[in-house]
This record gives sequence, C-alpha cells and structure tokens, in this order.
Amino acid sequence: MKLKTTLLAASAVMAVLAGGVNAKTLVYCSEGSPDGFDPAPYASGTTFDASARTIYSRLVEFAPGTTSIVPGLAESWTISDDGLVYTFKLRAGVKFQTTDYFTPTRDLNADDIIFSFDRQGNAENPFNQYVPGVSYEYFTSMGLDTMIASMEKVDDLTVKFTLSAPNAPFLSDLGMDFASIVSKEYADKLLAEGKGADFNNNPIGTGPFQFVAYQKDAVIRYKANDTYFGTRPAIDDLVFAISTDAAVRAQKLLANECQIMPYPAPADIEALKANPDLTMMEQAGLNVAYLAYNTLQAPFDNVNVRKALNMAINKQAIIDAVFQGTGVVAKNPIPPTMWSYNDAIVDDPYDPEMAKQMLADAGVTDLSMKIWAMPVQRPYMPNARRTAELMQADLAAIGVTAEIVSYEWGEYLKNSTALDRDGAVILGWTGDNGDPDNFMNVLLSCQSAGEGGSNRAHWCNEEFSALLTQAAQSTDQAERTSLYEQAQVIFKDQAPWLTIDHSTVFMPMSNKVTGYVMSPLGSHEFATVDIAE
Amino acid sequence: MIKFILGRLTYLIPTFIGITIVAFSFVRILPGDPVLLMAGERGMTPEHYQEMMARLGFDRPIWEQYLEYLWRLLHGNFGDSINTKQPVLSDFLALFPATLELAFCAIIIAVAIGVPVGVLAALKRGSWFDQTTMTVALIGYSMPIFWWGLLLIIFFSGTLGWTPVSGRISLMFYFPTPTGFMLIDSLLSGQKGAFASAAEHLILPSIVLATIPLAVIARQTRSAMLEVLGEDYVRTAKAKGLAPGRVVGVHALRNAMIPVITTIGLQIGVLMAGAILTETIFSWPGIGKWMVDSISRRDYPVVQSGLLLIAGIVMVVNLIVDLLYGLINPRIRHS
Repeated sequence: MKLKTTLLAASAVMAVLAGGVNAKTLVYCSEGSPDGFDPAPYASGTTFDASARTIYSRLVEFAPGTTSIVPGLAESWTISDDGLVYTFKLRAGVKFQTTDYFTPTRDLNADDIIFSFDRQGNAENPFNQYVPGVSYEYFTSMGLDTMIASMEKVDDLTVKFTLSAPNAPFLSDLGMDFASIVSKEYADKLLAEGKGADFNNNPIGTGPFQFVAYQKDAVIRYKANDTYFGTRPAIDDLVFAISTDAAVRAQKLLANECQIMPYPAPADIEALKANPDLTMMEQAGLNVAYLAYNTLQAPFDNVNVRKALNMAINKQAIIDAVFQGTGVVAKNPIPPTMWSYNDAIVDDPYDPEMAKQMLADAGVTDLSMKIWAMPVQRPYMPNARRTAELMQADLAAIGVTAEIVSYEWGEYLKNSTALDRDGAVILGWTGDNGDPDNFMNVLLSCQSAGEGGSNRAHWCNEEFSALLTQAAQSTDQAERTSLYEQAQVIFKDQAPWLTIDHSTVFMPMSNKVTGYVMSPLGSHEFATVDIAE
Repeated sequence: MIKFILGRLTYLIPTFIGITIVAFSFVRILPGDPVLLMAGERGMTPEHYQEMMARLGFDRPIWEQYLEYLWRLLHGNFGDSINTKQPVLSDFLALFPATLELAFCAIIIAVAIGVPVGVLAALKRGSWFDQTTMTVALIGYSMPIFWWGLLLIIFFSGTLGWTPVSGRISLMFYFPTPTGFMLIDSLLSGQKGAFASAAEHLILPSIVLATIPLAVIARQTRSAMLEVLGEDYVRTAKAKGLAPGRVVGVHALRNAMIPVITTIGLQIGVLMAGAILTETIFSWPGIGKWMVDSISRRDYPVVQSGLLLIAGIVMVVNLIVDLLYGLINPRIRHS
C-alpha cells in the first residue's frame, strides 16, 4: 500500500514535471559538475556550458549553429587599416542581472569590458587573485596576454583595444567563453566586503539566464533573465541535472526526467534514434584525430616513409569499427565544416602494395615502431587502443612491426611533447573558436614545435608557418582563406600526420523540445529553446 | 570502561599520523599531476609548467609540503581544491550527509535482512532455504556493482517505471537543505510529496550499496551461529529445558553477534568503497563520486584531505564497534 502511495505520488510529480503547470521548465541532463561559475579561470566545456553559455554574454558572439562572429554586447566595431586597433561600440541599456545577492545600480559600460580582460592579464589588478592561486590559462594560452597592448575607455559606451601585432583571430577569441563580460561593480562590492570567492559561487552576468542555486554535484537551477538584452528565453526555468554516466543519462531521458542530453554512449545511439518520443540531432564535430609521427627521428624524418605508412592504414575500417560508422575520414588537419577547408586535396590512397614499394624504395626494411594509444576517451577518439590495434594489423601487412604503448593521461600529454619521443602518437583537437589558426597554428606551426608544445609531430616547415603568420595578420577573409588553403596543400604533401577522422556529435532530445541549435564548437545553449506543454 | 576507551583512543593517534602519510604520498605516487592535466592537448612549455607548479607550491621538497600540510591540519585547515578553489572541508561537509544517508539505509537493509537470514540458514542447515540463500549470497558478494546498478535502473526505472532513475529527489522540489539529509529536509520543508520522493529515490541505490554487505553479513551470521550452536553451553541450555526461542535468542545469538558486529563494522569501509560506484551510477552527490573525480584530476588537496576525513570516520566507527564488544562481552572489557 505504501509503495502504491509512493508510486502515485511519484506519478503526480512526474506529471507536474512533464507538464510544467506554472512555468515552462527544461531539464538538461548535463555530463558533469562545473568547476565554478566564473568562466575565466577554467577550461572545461562542462564549466562553460554552466556559466559562460547561460549566465554571461561577450562583446561578440558566434551566431547560433555557426562559427561566424555576430554582434553581442558590442553592437558594432571598427578595425584600423593596420589591423592594430579594434574599437567597439557597446549596446546601450544592457542590464546586469538582479538577484537576491546583488542589485546593479548602473548599466553595462566600458569599465566592465576593460575590467573583464584586465583582471585576467594584469597581476596588479586587485581582482587578479580574488581566490588565492587562481590562474587564467585560456587567456594566456590564446596569447591575449601578449596580444593586447592596451585597452582604453573612449566613453561609457566605446572601448578601444590596441594590439601589439595584427591578429585576425582576435575577434573570434573575444567570442570565447573565457572572454565573458563580468560586472566590475559587483566585483568591487565583493572586494570591499572581503567576499571575493563569492564571485565564483554567486555569478552575475548579462546572459539569457540568471543563476538561482547550485547543489554541488547534483543540480544547477537557473531562471530566464527578464532584463536580457536579446530575446527573452521561451522557457522560464532551466535545470541542469548532473548525471555523469552516459547510460544513466539515456535512461533519464527515456523516463522524461530530463528532456535533452549530451554525449550519448555510441552503443545507445541506435536505440535512442529508434525511440518515437525522441529526436536525435547530429552534427559534424569541429575536431580532428591524428597520428603524429616524430619527424625529427629517422626514418620518420623522411616524407616518403611517412606517406608510405599513411597509405598502409585503412582509415575507413577505423571509422566503421571504432566510430560505428558515425564519423568521416579526415584528409586535412581542419574539419570540413570550417571555412578555408581545402576540399580539392586528394587524400593518400589506401594502397598497401604501393606502401610496401615506397618503403623499399626509401631503403627501409624490418621497420619497428611504437604507436601511442591514449588512455582516455575524447569526443574525437572514443577508443584509441582499438584504433591502434587496427593500425598495427595494417602495418603488419606491409612488414612493419608496431608495438602499442600507453601511459597515464597526464604523463601521456607530457611525454608526447618530448623531442626524442619514440613512436607515433594518437591525439586530437577540438576547436576553440572556429578559426583555422586555432587548428593549424596550435598543432603544426614551428612556434608550437618545441618541448612542451602542442605540435606533437615536431614538424617545422618554414613555408607552412610563414603562410599561417601571414594569414593571422591579414584581416581580408578571402586572402586568409587562400593562404590556409595553400597551407593545407603543404601539409598533405609533407604528411607530418596520418589524419584519422572528424567525429560526429549527437544530441538526443524529447520531441517536445523545439528550437535547439547544435553549436559546431560543442557548447550547449538554451536561449532559443522552447518546450511544448 | 573509561580506561578501556582511553586505551583505544591512544591507538588512534599513531593511526591518524600514519593515514596522513599514506594519504599524502598516495596521490603523489600516482603518475601525472594536476598541472599536466590542466594543460590538456594544448601542452605547456617547461617554463610555464614550472611556474604553475610553483604557484601551487608543488615545486618545494616533498617533506616540506608534508610538514606544511600537517601544520595546516593541526589548525583545522584541510586546504582548498585546485580545480574548484573551494575549501575541502566545506565541500566534504556539503556532500557527506548524502553518502551517510545512503550508507545508513544500506546498512539497515543489510543487517535487517542479513542477520535473520543467516540465523535461519544456520538453524535449518542443509535445507533448501539454507542452500538457496547462501548461493544467492555468494552471487551477491561477487556482483559487479556498476553492472548491477545499471541492470536495476533499466528494469525498475526503464521497463517498469516504478522508481526514479537517479538523483536524490524529484527536481520539482526545491527547498533549503539545512541538515543535508534529504529525508529530514524534505519533512522540514513541509512540501507535499517531498518525503515520498526522497524515499523512493533512495530505494535502488540503497539496495545496490547493501548487496555486498548483506551477502557478507548473512554468511558470517550463519557460520557464527553454527559454531555457537555446537557449544556445550547451548547443549546445556537445551538440556535444562529452556524454550528453543530463548536458547537461540539469548544464549546462541548474543554470542554469535561478536564476530557479526566485527563484520558489520568492517562493512563501513566496504560501504565507502561501494559508495564510489553507487554514487556514480545514481548521480548521487556524495563523497564517493567527489573522490573519484578528484583522483582522476590529481586534485592533491582534495584527495589527501578527503581520504583523511573518510579514514577518520572509519576509525570512529571501528572505535564504536570496539566499545560495543565491551558491552556485549565483558571479558574483552576487562582483559
């Protein structure tokens, strides 16, 4: 009887949850807990979804579903002819959120913009260490610490950034999560009260939702920001139900305990697709997985050996076995959804006979090598060990003995950057801002080829790097496109990597959810979402 | 009795110091470190790596770091998380009630079912009841918790729709949680249906977490009872013509309970270990999940202080078990 009562009560609760009697509520089964609610000191997408993409806005934004830059808090901007000075005109009347812990007395102005960046790059800023030991890794790693020479408030609604050198990706950088605009007034208030840490726990922004409460590792609650400068969200309440296990997230979605979830397990995708109550959205991920040779070591310093190995590996078989067919074979270092992708490039064909011949021509016999397989799953690589095994078998067919090695993830990341690394490394990349510079410069330039750098092939091609530098300094999109296309030709010709795949990202949701737009950058945003009653 | 308690307490001090050393060194022995993981695929120049390690104080000699850690502990400072920047103690206190509530329900289930089943199996030794329950207990003991939890979710929540999938309470309920114990807070909230929702969210995780302790307790009770039932004093009691219920309940069970209580005490450690997986499956915001996340991110302050706090709790429970022995068996108290 008691159980029956309990079940009846549960049904009533579920009915309320599903029906949304008073307010429209969307429950999102998020994949993990945020580290905090100030996006600047963090680097995980989970944290950004819970902070930057809900609570905050930026000077410029990525248009929904694209990587194109559109106005955000800045309604317009101009770039000087030399590409050094960016002048942003701010929207008037933008309000910071009013909550039970903060009531703003003024609208957003240039002080907030300057403060948002200065606190990250200037150690003297009183808010730089608002929590002892805090660091701003994204700001530094995107190079903004050296890129921004100065910031100036022209008037309340005009702010001017002067760069140390022309840098076209700068605008895209400003659309990234770490560049979210925070309230100087709120920071000053907390500092005066000696409660700096609250900045990270009780956030205030100008975004579509405002923070209500966070129960650690369990639930985050938001409500629509009625004073949002854009279109107010159609849903009234947004709830993140934190569920780390993918299979459990799928069960919650099926039970309508949540209406939308990210990162389904590959094994669940077919079943979720087949469910008539659910819709499965999918999109090519802005990512690439690769096998980087150590081009400093013989025989991998020989381009013909690298090409021969590339031709020995059946990449489609990897897509079929490891990705259950849900990805595309990669031929370029950037994904096909990115502007300047050079589709004219022809991939090295899968041709074991030719590969064997090329190795013999290069004088390489009885080659033994190591393949490094990552110990973790990433969106671009769900199973590196299995991938390595398939490569091992393909290489054995041309007489190359491959040994598979792996290390703890932190060690893997570090040791794979060593200049004397023994073996080819499986790794990948997910784009930060949709700019080709964020792939090719980070992963393949001479600048990032040193010890500890992200160019794991240690490949330094002066001509390639010069093209990237020229492209980064140009503000002419057509010219940049052409330069990146040329760079891809050199990359393919020199084959520092075996380009493996670009994976597909899935987003299952209830049929009642409308207006959801998948972001190619992998973020999850709900400002445009509605839910049918 | 006071002398007995003091004697037990003196054991705790060296144990405590030992645990600080183990907890401190354990996380540092693991390959990798928090800074490397923070850098991710992007990598980090050796200079920047050194700067970050210095900022976090990990560049200093290990003994110096340990002594500072100990000094802070003595001042009640458990450190701050590298990732969330939150004080470890406040996170622990926020999450611990969830684990305690779950562990408490699990141990109640394990004892309430395990002890009677063990006693009955011993009394009916060799019967179908004995054989069936002991086989089921063996299966329960060997059950992979993660798989078991998922199986229950798919069957009871997915197929039958009887229980919620995960979480502590329906998201419809939103109220302050002053105690952190959802069963209590839901009652205090006065919201209709809140307590029922909290209770039904506890059903599956408690069963999953209780599975292994239940199996162990049932088997231990059975073997302890069998041993005691063969003792001379039980035969004497029977020969005196005492009622069978009294022979079993007073003479046999009381003596059989000593090893059973030891087992129950030891299950607290098992529960803490089981909580890690159970909490992960059921999205239960407790310390098990918190520790796993922190270990995988090499969040040194959280791991070392978290282990210490958990070990401290296990130590206190074992102390209580020791004291219970004394109550049940005066010979231990006086020896």
